[in-house]
Amino acid sequence: MEIRNMHKIILCALTLVFSFSSYALTLNGAGATFPYPIYSKWISEYKKVNSEVRINYQSIGSGGGVRQLLNQTVDFGASDAPMSDKNLSKSKANGWPLMHVPTILGAVVISYNVEEIKDNLKLDGELIGKIFLGEVTKWNDPAIQELNPGMELPDKDLLVVRRADGSGTTAVFSEYLSKVSEKWKNKVGSGKSLRWPTGIGARGNEGVTAMVKQTDGTIGYVELAYALQQNLSTAMVKNKAGEFMKPTVDAISKAAAGKKEYGEDLRMSVANAEGKGVYPISAFTYILLPMKEQDDKLEATKNFLVWALTEGQKMAKELHYAPLPDKLAKTIIERLK
Amino acid sequence: MLLALSAVIVLAPLFLVFQYVFVMGATSLSWDFFTQLPAPVGETGGGMKHAILGTLYMVALSAVISVPIGVFCGIYLAEYGKGKLASLLRFSIDLLTGVPSIVIGIFAYILVVVPLKSFSALAGAFALSIIILPIVTRSSEEILKLVPQHIREAGLALGLPRWKVTYFIIVKGNLSGLVTGIMLAISRAAGETAPLLFTAFGSNFVNLQPTAPMASLPVQIYTYAISPFEDWQRQAWAGAFVLICLVLGLNLAARLMINGRKLKRKLEKRKAFKAQREESL
Amino acid sequence: MKSATNAYTQESGSETVELNFGHGQKFKRQDQLNRRFLGFLACFVILVLFALVALLFREAWPAIQESGDIFFTDSYWDPAAEIYGGLAFIFGTLVTSIVAIAIAAPVSIAVALFINEVLSKRWGRFIGIFVEMIAAVPSIVFGLWGLFYLAPWVKDTLTPFLKSTLGFIPLFQGPSFGIGIMAASLILAIMIVPTISSICREVFKTVPGHQKEAALALGATRFEMLKLAVLRPSFSGIVGASVLGLGRALGETMAVAMVIGNNPQISSSLFAPAATMASVIANEYAEANSDLHVSALCLVAVTLFIVTFIVNSLARLVVWHNERRHLKKGGV
Repeated sequence: MEIRNMHKIILCALTLVFSFSSYALTLNGAGATFPYPIYSKWISEYKKVNSEVRINYQSIGSGGGVRQLLNQTVDFGASDAPMSDKNLSKSKANGWPLMHVPTILGAVVISYNVEEIKDNLKLDGELIGKIFLGEVTKWNDPAIQELNPGMELPDKDLLVVRRADGSGTTAVFSEYLSKVSEKWKNKVGSGKSLRWPTGIGARGNEGVTAMVKQTDGTIGYVELAYALQQNLSTAMVKNKAGEFMKPTVDAISKAAAGKKEYGEDLRMSVANAEGKGVYPISAFTYILLPMKEQDDKLEATKNFLVWALTEGQKMAKELHYAPLPDKLAKTIIERLK
Repeated sequence: MLLALSAVIVLAPLFLVFQYVFVMGATSLSWDFFTQLPAPVGETGGGMKHAILGTLYMVALSAVISVPIGVFCGIYLAEYGKGKLASLLRFSIDLLTGVPSIVIGIFAYILVVVPLKSFSALAGAFALSIIILPIVTRSSEEILKLVPQHIREAGLALGLPRWKVTYFIIVKGNLSGLVTGIMLAISRAAGETAPLLFTAFGSNFVNLQPTAPMASLPVQIYTYAISPFEDWQRQAWAGAFVLICLVLGLNLAARLMINGRKLKRKLEKRKAFKAQREESL
Repeated sequence: MKSATNAYTQESGSETVELNFGHGQKFKRQDQLNRRFLGFLACFVILVLFALVALLFREAWPAIQESGDIFFTDSYWDPAAEIYGGLAFIFGTLVTSIVAIAIAAPVSIAVALFINEVLSKRWGRFIGIFVEMIAAVPSIVFGLWGLFYLAPWVKDTLTPFLKSTLGFIPLFQGPSFGIGIMAASLILAIMIVPTISSICREVFKTVPGHQKEAALALGATRFEMLKLAVLRPSFSGIVGASVLGLGRALGETMAVAMVIGNNPQISSSLFAPAATMASVIANEYAEANSDLHVSALCLVAVTLFIVTFIVNSLARLVVWHNERRHLKKGGV
């Protein structure tokens, strides 16, 4: 190689390396995979409204979002599970309080992929607990048959798919199970990372959906948007009022409608809510905003959130999420100002 | 022959992998793939422009960091390779070669991400440079050790200081060999995924700054591959195809350079031999 | 720095002849400067390595204190309850790597023999390059292929076949998702075949031609000749190559993470999902909830590091020993 050409190449490389592309403000966020479909839609729509701000959201799971937030390696986090008191005090110790901003409502659905079973499998809390505890190993188990009399159940292995990473979806799901299954509460409990008795671990809602979609005989829990987008069968879950409910946007809204009080810090749960027409495994999802001193980034994030809580809510239904109740959205916008 | 049959059975899966990736990947390629940023989740379209540029950027950055150091260490080992420091260096290089890349990722996280309080292309490039360094050092040492002793002696006999002999005769004369080693190391780094998972992190747009998170081709392939969206999966295959072409392209180019040198040497020897024969006739 | 002057030392046999080219003191400072510069860079690199090891140990120390006793003996890994028993990962890593070697070693030997002995020179070179190209393929691509092609194949084709033929062994019982220890081991095996076979090829090439001819002259069939004259004397080289391949398999992250199933458990079935040390770090590090969790993952990294270090050193020892033996024998 000629030395002359080498010099040129090195020069080009160095200029490439050190060229600073001047862009406007970039916000980095990370966290829940639960709301990722709608967040990503919001981000691309918001770019049209305000081209000065670019938002980079990485869907790594609620556990990851909280961790990166506490490490201050991102500007905002996202989690379906509200932060624990321990973590909140940690962030206070870092010097700034955290605000929970509920953004949207979604649902955790029980998805399955069995050739012989159509879209109308009925399950109740007790049975779901048993399945995810590993006590049901075949699809034609009597416990399943009991709730679904008259349905032809195949003699196939029942394969459980769950999350391998720290997940708000898991937290929501396990909180529900702890409420409806004493056995689950004692054996496993609730939280973002669980000691799973069984099953394959996949990464993110994306991973669980992919796994269920690709393998016959699997059952897993994912957010509604993912299941519907991929045409996966979703089970009808028995709610507190005794009805077997299909997860629909209306059923989710009804779950939140029952909530009258919003709590001081907006940390709320609507798992196994009272009332008719309610889908029992519904949940809020939060953006975690560190309230540091007012600077450009905080300002930009707040503006984005206000947009999401007003304009963004209109896009919810299309993507199979439920918009926040109006009163709640107004309360949040007030608090943000 | 039994051996032939067994070897064919064995080589078949290797061949299958290649074929599958090429077929799936090549059919998923489109012009959009190279020029577009990702579309919102669930929608079709979009591409991996940001990931391709990110990989090129980080690999270039890591090469700038580690190639000079690696080559100099290789020179040191070849020229002064008999001391205690040299043995320690060799031991360290051997050790570094064997470290799993995920562990190197943790190291980069502790050293670069935490102090900077942000994921960054710099952290990713740092991790990649630790992967490149031992390969470049080893290959440089091997190439330079092959130089026959009499060339060094000739240089010294002509009155040059030793350092000039080292740099202007030995290194300069074997540049293509050194470049081959560098290319092989770079091709290895371009394909690494694990160390970039929590150093460069990932991004959805092009932002070529060393202190910002950056997407890279292998990580993007990983993210898309484990997703349920068919469009993303197709793009993962396309990405894998591009990555393989990049990596294997560099590899083959490196090989051609070595063989080119060998061929050149062979031709030169043959010419010299012929000239000798004609003289003696 | 033994000699301060501009001297080369040549070793001829057991003598050390110092060649002093009479520059004397003329360029001494320049050359010393150069040597110091290079030495400084060398120190820097060594420092980097030690920094890596030291930082890793420092991060892992809290976990060693808290969970050190259960880490190596218990397979209960529960980040929520802050209990970190790492045995399941050690199990996963060892089992997948050992099964991978068990499959890859004979295969690599067959490939190496095939390329060296059976194929013509041109074809041999071509196929040899093809095999070495496989070594250059990034592991994420193998993971991709494994997830979409191999795992379904394992579930639909391989599992029923193994269950029907070897189903009485507990290794081959139990439900199969496709992904799991079996798929991960197969992918690993494919990935390390090039490494092992290229070293084996080099080792086989060092067998002197007259040994092979002698065996044939004594009436051995081609296969017997290969067994006696090529394989037997190269045995330690083959072992060295396999151990090197093992070292590579132990550290493999992405391809395994995608097909292993991420279930930290110890099971007796090869079809069961599992987790390896590398895969758990890849999955959990970016989002470890607490400092102790991070520390525990660093402890996993330290363990992985030590295991690969031991295995690679072993491989090097075997290869070095093999070389020494060849030199001593006065072999080629």
